Amino acid sequence: MPVLLFTLLVFAGSIAAGLLGALTGLGGGVVLVPLLTVVFHVDIRYAIGASLISVIATSSGAAAAYVREGFSSVRIGMFLEIATTIGAVFGAFLATRMPTRALAIIFGVVLLYSAWLSWQQSRRSGEDDGRSSPWSDRLRLSGSYPDGKGGQCDYKVDRISAGFATMFGAGTLSGLLGIGSGAVKVLAMDQVMRIPFKVSTTTSNFMIGVTAAASAGIYLHRGYVDPGLAFPVMLGVLAGSLLGARLLVRARVSVLRSIFTVVILALGVEMIVNGFMGRM
Amino acid sequence: MTRQSSRFDDHRMEIMMGRLLQIGVLLASLVVLAGGVLYVYQHFGRGVDYRTFASEPAGLRSVSGLFRLLMTGDPAAVIQIGAILLIATPIARVVFAVVGFALERDRLYVAVSLTVLAVLVASLLYSA
Repeated sequence: MPVLLFTLLVFAGSIAAGLLGALTGLGGGVVLVPLLTVVFHVDIRYAIGASLISVIATSSGAAAAYVREGFSSVRIGMFLEIATTIGAVFGAFLATRMPTRALAIIFGVVLLYSAWLSWQQSRRSGEDDGRSSPWSDRLRLSGSYPDGKGGQCDYKVDRISAGFATMFGAGTLSGLLGIGSGAVKVLAMDQVMRIPFKVSTTTSNFMIGVTAAASAGIYLHRGYVDPGLAFPVMLGVLAGSLLGARLLVRARVSVLRSIFTVVILALGVEMIVNGFMGRM
Repeated sequence: MTRQSSRFDDHRMEIMMGRLLQIGVLLASLVVLAGGVLYVYQHFGRGVDYRTFASEPAGLRSVSGLFRLLMTGDPAAVIQIGAILLIATPIARVVFAVVGFALERDRLYVAVSLTVLAVLVASLLYSA
C-alpha cells in the first residue's frame, strides 16, 4: 500500500478507535490494536508500540477537562501508580519474551472481557456501605468531592492491599498489550476499594498516562515504535477521543454501546482465532 | 482538605498538573505532525509493509541516536522526538507532584511520588 493511502486510512481508523474508546469509556487502545493487526495486517508489536503512544496522548490531553470538576484524587492516583508503574515495567518485560501468538490470544481474551464489561455497564456500581480501612486516613487517601449542591461529600477507601494488587495487574496488562486498561483501574477503585465512581473514573484517567509512560520508554528502545505508524495513530486517536469526550455530553450512547460490544466481541474472537492459527 | 483556602492545596496542584499535561501533549502533537507531514512527503510513492517485525534502526531507538539523525533532517527522527516529548509529559507531572507535596509539607506523599519517579527512571535506564 502506498504511504499516503496507508497513512490516511490508519488516521481515519484511529479517529474511529479514539471516538469509540471515549464514548464507551474503554479507551482507544482496545479497538486500535485489533484494528491494526486484523484489518491492516500490522505486526502486533508495532501495533502495541503505536497504541501505547496514543494512550499517553489521550490520557494527558483529557486531564485538564477532568480536574476542573474536582473529582479526581491526586493522592489515590499517586499512591496506586506505584503498583501500576511496576506492573507496566513487568508487562513490557513479559511482552518482549512472549511469542506474538500468545499476545494475540491474551488480547482476544481481554477484548471478550471488555465486551462483557461494556454490556454490564448499565448496572449501578456497589452501594457505599460505609466500611473503610483504618489505613485510609493513615495513608491520607480519604478525600471529598463536590456533591453538586455546593457542598462536599466525604469518602474513605477500603481494601487497600487488594486494590493495590489489582492495580499491579492493570499495569501489567497495560505494559503487555499497549492499552490503557482503564476499565481494570476503575474496577480496582470502584469495586475493590469502594471509591465513589466519579472519583474512580477521573483518577483512572490520570493514572493511565503515567502507567503507559513506564512501558513506552522500554518499547521505544526495543524498536516497537515505528514513526510512520505512530504518527497517524497518535494524532488520530487523540482527535477521536477529544471529539468523543465532547459528544459524550450530548449524545445518547446506549445504542452505540451495543454496536461497540458486538464489534469488540468479533475482534476478540478474530484475535484468538488468528493467535491459534499462528497468523500473527 | 482545605479546598477553600487560597494557599497551595491538592486541587490547585491538580489544575496545574492538568495544564502541564495539556501543554506537553500540544507540544508533542505539533512536533509529531510536522515530522509526519515531512515523512509522508519524503516517502511519497513508496509502499509500506508492517507485516513483518524488524526492530527499528538503532538511530531511532535512543535519544543520542535521534539527535544525530535530526541533524541530517530525517523526518522519522522528528516524529520520534515528538514521541519522547509525549512520554516525558506524564513523567513531568510526577516531578511536579514531588514539588507540590513538598510545598504542602506532606513528607509521606513526597516519598510516594519519589517512588513512582524512581520506577519511571528505572524503566528508562533498564531499556537504555
